[in-house]
Amino acid sequence: MAASLTRISCSSAFTFSASKASVFSPSLSPPSIKVPTFSPLTVKTLGSSFAPHVTCAISLTTHATLTPSSVPSDTSTTTFHGLCYVVGDNIDTDQIIPAEYLTLVPSNPAEYEKLGSYALVGLPSSYTTRFIEPNETKTKYSIVIGGANFGCGSSREHAPVALGAAGAKAVVAESYARIFFRNSVATGEVYPLESEVRICEECKTGDVVTIQLRESRLINHSTCKEYKLNPIGDAGPVIEAGGIFAYARKTGMIPSESN
Amino acid sequence: MASSLVSPSPVSSFIRNKEGSGFSSFPSTFQIAIQKCKKQVSKKIVSVMAPQQSERKPATTGSVKTRMTMTEKILARASEKPQLSPGDNVWVNVDILMTHDVCGPGSIGIFKKEFGENAKVWDREKVVIIPDHYIFTSDERANRNVDILRDFCTEQNIKYFYDIKDLGNFKANPDYKGVCHVALAQEGHCRPGEVLLGTDSHTCTAGAFGQFATGIGNTDAGFVLGTGKLLLKVPPTLRFVMDGEMPPYLLAKDLILQIIGEISVAGATYKSMEFVGTTVESLNMEERMTLCNMVVEAGGKNGVVPADSTTFKYLEDKTSLPYEPVYSDAQASFLSEYRFDISKLEPLVAKPHSPDNRALARECKDVKIDRVYIGSCTGGKTEDFLAAAKLFLASGKKVRVPTFLVPATQKVWLDLYTLPIPGSGGKTMSQIFEEAGCDTPASPSCGACLGGPKDTYARMNEPKVCVSTTNRNFPGRMGHKEGQIYLASPYTAAASALTGYVTDPREFLQ
Repeated sequence: MAASLTRISCSSAFTFSASKASVFSPSLSPPSIKVPTFSPLTVKTLGSSFAPHVTCAISLTTHATLTPSSVPSDTSTTTFHGLCYVVGDNIDTDQIIPAEYLTLVPSNPAEYEKLGSYALVGLPSSYTTRFIEPNETKTKYSIVIGGANFGCGSSREHAPVALGAAGAKAVVAESYARIFFRNSVATGEVYPLESEVRICEECKTGDVVTIQLRESRLINHSTCKEYKLNPIGDAGPVIEAGGIFAYARKTGMIPSESN
Repeated sequence: MASSLVSPSPVSSFIRNKEGSGFSSFPSTFQIAIQKCKKQVSKKIVSVMAPQQSERKPATTGSVKTRMTMTEKILARASEKPQLSPGDNVWVNVDILMTHDVCGPGSIGIFKKEFGENAKVWDREKVVIIPDHYIFTSDERANRNVDILRDFCTEQNIKYFYDIKDLGNFKANPDYKGVCHVALAQEGHCRPGEVLLGTDSHTCTAGAFGQFATGIGNTDAGFVLGTGKLLLKVPPTLRFVMDGEMPPYLLAKDLILQIIGEISVAGATYKSMEFVGTTVESLNMEERMTLCNMVVEAGGKNGVVPADSTTFKYLEDKTSLPYEPVYSDAQASFLSEYRFDISKLEPLVAKPHSPDNRALARECKDVKIDRVYIGSCTGGKTEDFLAAAKLFLASGKKVRVPTFLVPATQKVWLDLYTLPIPGSGGKTMSQIFEEAGCDTPASPSCGACLGGPKDTYARMNEPKVCVSTTNRNFPGRMGHKEGQIYLASPYTAAASALTGYVTDPREFLQ
């Protein structure tokens, strides 16, 4: 299995691939590190024929990045750690947040929370492990791992919002549909990261993973494998300013007084 | 992203060609991606396509100033740049921003939060607000969302707000239109050469008018509300050349299903889709809208059809604002070109659960169905109902399954009841539908295309098999997760209603 496919580096003159729209988040609140209390022996995975790698779990403590201390707001040192939830290809917005819940307005705080409780409820019943347990409103999976064309379908911002409101911090997919990608960063709800290979085929729901943004790396502690991620790239200048709105204020695009 | 191009052989050969085409922006990971593809594409239909050729970019010299595609030209003008290339990030002046009841309240919330409670929109005549998604329902939140739009429009003195207050009788609302994409066209808000953004993925429909139109999220819309601009990346263009006379059993829906089946649901991701050729020129505006409508189902950023006399004639009585169409330069660079001989195409369906799960309608004739749905921005326009009515008239028979008719707008509804059908002895579409045993045409809105609140008319609340003229058939799209949706043209939908099975319209139209 091509777990480490060497990426041919792109010329720096080109602002990464056409798959990235120019993206920006309006307000980047510092993501907190989730260090769930977990016992490797009881980690449930999709497809119980998979036995947890106990030996890898022990080596966890040597990873310097696994610190529960507070994270500085600088994106470049952001690390996410937690359980991952694995889905397949072409997960469309109707599966992420079924249309009947679109009456909830994301900019309304109470409805924002409610949206989160319905995240990924549209997945077919073949997904026997659900993203959010029936009696819960938040997910225990902070990282969603997907295949190709994640987030296809509607332009509804409710999709990345629902994932973020549910407690997901990042999505790592093979590729994205453009509007979903753009909305993810515009809202700052989840980091839409891209993997070089189909890690959705190498990870199982419930695996413990760490994402290191600066190193553009994903570590699956349950399988003891590491994967290269595409750098968040283009989003740079605008995210640095704090998002499209902050960027626009900085450059004088937004009038200081309302007209 | 390269890995999203999942169709095997025809596409992979074009990818390899393209590597040498001088289009330096694309990383060689395209090649790696093709090896990973698993998608099955029916080989039977490939024969109607000429092998893709990528246009070789001529060697550029300093004196070359133009040679841009239509989309590039529109964005260049909108960003006040003399020249730009795919991949450039540019700040674009927006001509029209559209929003509706589902995304409007969220966009307004963001606008107020970021620009201030007392902020004013950048231009009260360029924001068009069209409630259409969850209208005829008792869902309190849905109803509240229309109220939120009204409050905002009153406060901002928004010129174009197609309000609805009386939910029990849509006709009692003089301003209400219905489905936003059809309303935009009918009310003259689509103009060649302009930039139209909307908080809905099917905003790309407006590309039929030779403009740049694409869907955006609430945050981007909030930004546009305040500034009238948005940062966009210029997409490269895929060109689709369709030549030949349109057979009497085919509609634009079949053409776009053909294309999506060919390039897959991600085949046009981040790209512009340009539709040209004699067949396209022969299409009326509503058929062109159907073509551009499903560009997003291929992952496309926008679709365009060059404006011509058909466009200008349509616009004559609808807009008085000046506009200036643009056209692709003869030597413009296209990412690749697909050619179709339309005379060889057959009626198609997209089987559950993906718009690219293409199959010949006639090969699905053993699929028993439970219902037929004719409606939405894709298949609920006047032309779509005309087509269905034509087929019912030709057959003279009655439908065997519940057949739901949801006109997209008030105008379409009116057409159903007033337009006489040629060859029918003066009958209207509504009469033909009634004689065929269809349901009474419903109140105009998006209806059950996307499920909606549980009391939405024609929503699929149990697992059923439905042939639909809508645009998406992912699991749960029309309501029930186990529902099976076959996307089809109005002809195919009508034919299927008559037999109770997925049916090729030639059974009734030859």
